[in-house]
Amino acid sequence: MSKLSGLGGRLYRGETSIEIIGRRRRWYAVSAVFVLLSLGALSIQGLHLGIEFKGGSSFTVTKVGASVEDARAAVASAGVPGEAIVQTVGSDKVRVQTGALNTLQNNAVQDALAAKFSVPVESIDTQIVGPSWGKEITRKALYGLFGFLIFVMLYLAMAFEPKMAVAAIAAVVHDVFITVGIYALVGFDVTPATVIGFLTILGYSLYDTVVVFDKIRENTRTITATSKSTYSQATNLAVNQTIVRSINTSIIALLPVGSILFVGAGLLGAGTLKDLSLALFIGLAVGTYSSIFIAPPVLAQLREREPAMRALAKRVNGRGAPAGVTTPAPAHSNERRGPRNQPKRKHRK
Amino acid sequence: MSTTTKPVKTTARPARSLAILALVLITLTGLAFIQSATAVRLGLDLRGGTSVTLQPRIAPGENGKVTNEAIDQAVSIIRQRVNSLGVAESEVAAQGSGTNRQIVISVPGDTGRRVVELVGQTAELRFRQVLATAASTGAADPAATPATGVSAEVNAKFAALDCTKAENLQGSGSDAPGDTIVACDRAGGAKYILAPAEVLGRQISKASAGLDAQSGSAWYVSLTFNGEGTAAFGAITSRVTSLAPPLNQVAIVLDGLVVSAPRINEAIPSGSAQITGSFTQLEAQDLANVLKYGALPLAFDRGEVQQVSPTLGADQLNAGLLAGGLGLGLVLLYSLLYYRGLGLVTVGSLAIAGSLVYLLFLLLGKWIGFTLTLAGIAGAIVAIGVTADSFIIYFERIRDEVREGRSLRTAVETGWSRARRTILVADFVSIIAAVLLYFFAVGGVRGFAFTLGLTTLVDLVVVFAFTKPIVTILAKMNFFASGHPLSGLSAKSTGTLPVAGEA
Repeated sequence: MSKLSGLGGRLYRGETSIEIIGRRRRWYAVSAVFVLLSLGALSIQGLHLGIEFKGGSSFTVTKVGASVEDARAAVASAGVPGEAIVQTVGSDKVRVQTGALNTLQNNAVQDALAAKFSVPVESIDTQIVGPSWGKEITRKALYGLFGFLIFVMLYLAMAFEPKMAVAAIAAVVHDVFITVGIYALVGFDVTPATVIGFLTILGYSLYDTVVVFDKIRENTRTITATSKSTYSQATNLAVNQTIVRSINTSIIALLPVGSILFVGAGLLGAGTLKDLSLALFIGLAVGTYSSIFIAPPVLAQLREREPAMRALAKRVNGRGAPAGVTTPAPAHSNERRGPRNQPKRKHRK
Repeated sequence: MSTTTKPVKTTARPARSLAILALVLITLTGLAFIQSATAVRLGLDLRGGTSVTLQPRIAPGENGKVTNEAIDQAVSIIRQRVNSLGVAESEVAAQGSGTNRQIVISVPGDTGRRVVELVGQTAELRFRQVLATAASTGAADPAATPATGVSAEVNAKFAALDCTKAENLQGSGSDAPGDTIVACDRAGGAKYILAPAEVLGRQISKASAGLDAQSGSAWYVSLTFNGEGTAAFGAITSRVTSLAPPLNQVAIVLDGLVVSAPRINEAIPSGSAQITGSFTQLEAQDLANVLKYGALPLAFDRGEVQQVSPTLGADQLNAGLLAGGLGLGLVLLYSLLYYRGLGLVTVGSLAIAGSLVYLLFLLLGKWIGFTLTLAGIAGAIVAIGVTADSFIIYFERIRDEVREGRSLRTAVETGWSRARRTILVADFVSIIAAVLLYFFAVGGVRGFAFTLGLTTLVDLVVVFAFTKPIVTILAKMNFFASGHPLSGLSAKSTGTLPVAGEA
């Protein structure tokens, strides 16, 4: 543990530096591969939507020793049209999923299952979703997604800089694509709980990005006045300075989510907890990656195009200071950039 | 940082912040006791029960819009029916806004199928001729004069009907239009035998309450029928108006209960009628509303039905609590291992945040009917991470400041002035997410959003009123200030040369 802290110190002073901005092409390439894979999986396999989106009924019987065959036979005897999906859940449950049924058909399935497994009808956990309801849920989920992206973009543009908002949103979109892609690839069920998970990830991913951007802004505030490092170099240092923090916040965020996933998938078998935490777990991991390897390089690239920043890069490189965008800021230059040396701080104490 | 005020000045009063926080905690605890809110209200997915989400739409062949008034009317009709099951803590509420509202019915326990069948039927307002009436005194009244032209069976039912009993006043939705029925007055003061329905609610085109211009104090209700209704109403009024009381009364029946039973003074062939009587303004408006919306030109799509058995509910609750305990334990363990002494601050802060959230759950259950669902528990567990993240941002900032060569006492303040902004921005993003989820989502998702938003707010309170003041106080202690190996601020863990205790 203290190794990580020690590393934090060296990263902070720039003694050790992980090249992130300079190697942006590599990270972009890695992400591009993943995004393409995701798009491929999405277009070929598509998402495995739960009954909440399609409409349908789900019946869960809790009975030790309940078998899939018995459940299938019961459903067949109820005379339900279409194909029913029957699977075991956990150690003592069997779940039957059918297409959209009317009230009479639903009751018939319940009765047949209750008779087959000799359990009371009331003990069968049932979920019935009308077909139009699924459309409604999907529509709302999409509204939520776009509403969130727009609000956050506006907010970040106000709280930080417009270009930071663009970079942050690029990272979020990247996260959503990859997470959705993983769902398509593996064929996990997508339920409303999964959608909440997706939306929450967006918040989380931004949380990490906000922490990094805050430091970048601090490091680059007086950058044109000092001419000590280019925007990219200052950004790289900021990412390095916050990397330990990002890792820590992500681990701390992943621990509870992992617990939910463990309990939800392990003990309950399926349902809200598993769906929610699985989406969160995957999304958090992807979000941590993007807040370090995608958002800052995109920001740096956007800012480096500005004339002022180009001029700065020229000045810095012209001075014979470590040349090139790809080289990290040297350790000593950090002292001048450190907050202690910012003009404003001199008035303190 | 542009927003930074002189941070050293803000150091001043850690004790005051802590005192305020303690006061808030004590007040909330006191309130919980006074309001006898001793248990968090659990959602149906945690204790078993049935929830039905209905989506209103215009019934086939009807015109008009799904108005808020129509939905409110539907909610009150369905509530009457659900109450007839006699299950405590049943709830019927409208969710969402505008044209996109749903009605959510939640009934705890094992009632499953009955609820689904009960709420699925559409209530309709009907006009029926009164065949017999009696005051309902409470005890069954076997001596009641049997009404003529009515079967013995109905007469027996009429005699046995006790309208003072609550269960008879809750509407059944089982009043088939073609039957001769017995029914109670909505207020429970009278009972009736009623002939088959002759005019239906949907044949009313307009209803409104008005004030008699001459007397200036007598309220009346006027109603207008459509073409079909005009003919039907004309027929029934011209037939009964000359009959002896009570046969000359026409009862207005909604969902099996008599709303009003005006005497017909004359045949009304014109299709527009007035109901007069000693109405107050409120009574007149209520009656007009019933006439207007009681017809319920709404049909309902059964959006979602969820039946959770109490066994599964208990399983889910246990799983949620277990996941919470496990997650909390891991976060605490990690904080202690990584931040050592500072980790204790995390433990304390999470404990305070936990108590605040718990108290708010208790009180909000009382105040706004907040119920904790499985998704809500998940939201709270996820929030453990968000909350702990704020502490990490602050602690890492302190370490950064120490690396810059500041003394701990200074670092705690300068680090705070910067961490504060980061925490505010990050938490604000979380809150945006929670608010949007809450407004866009339906059902369980809302529970998640609500707890996520609530806990994020609590996080802000705890960071400002507890974590920061405590760290300020601790920074004055030698154990931390001298960079003890276990303090989490040693030279080794910050990766700096040892710093002096004082600047």
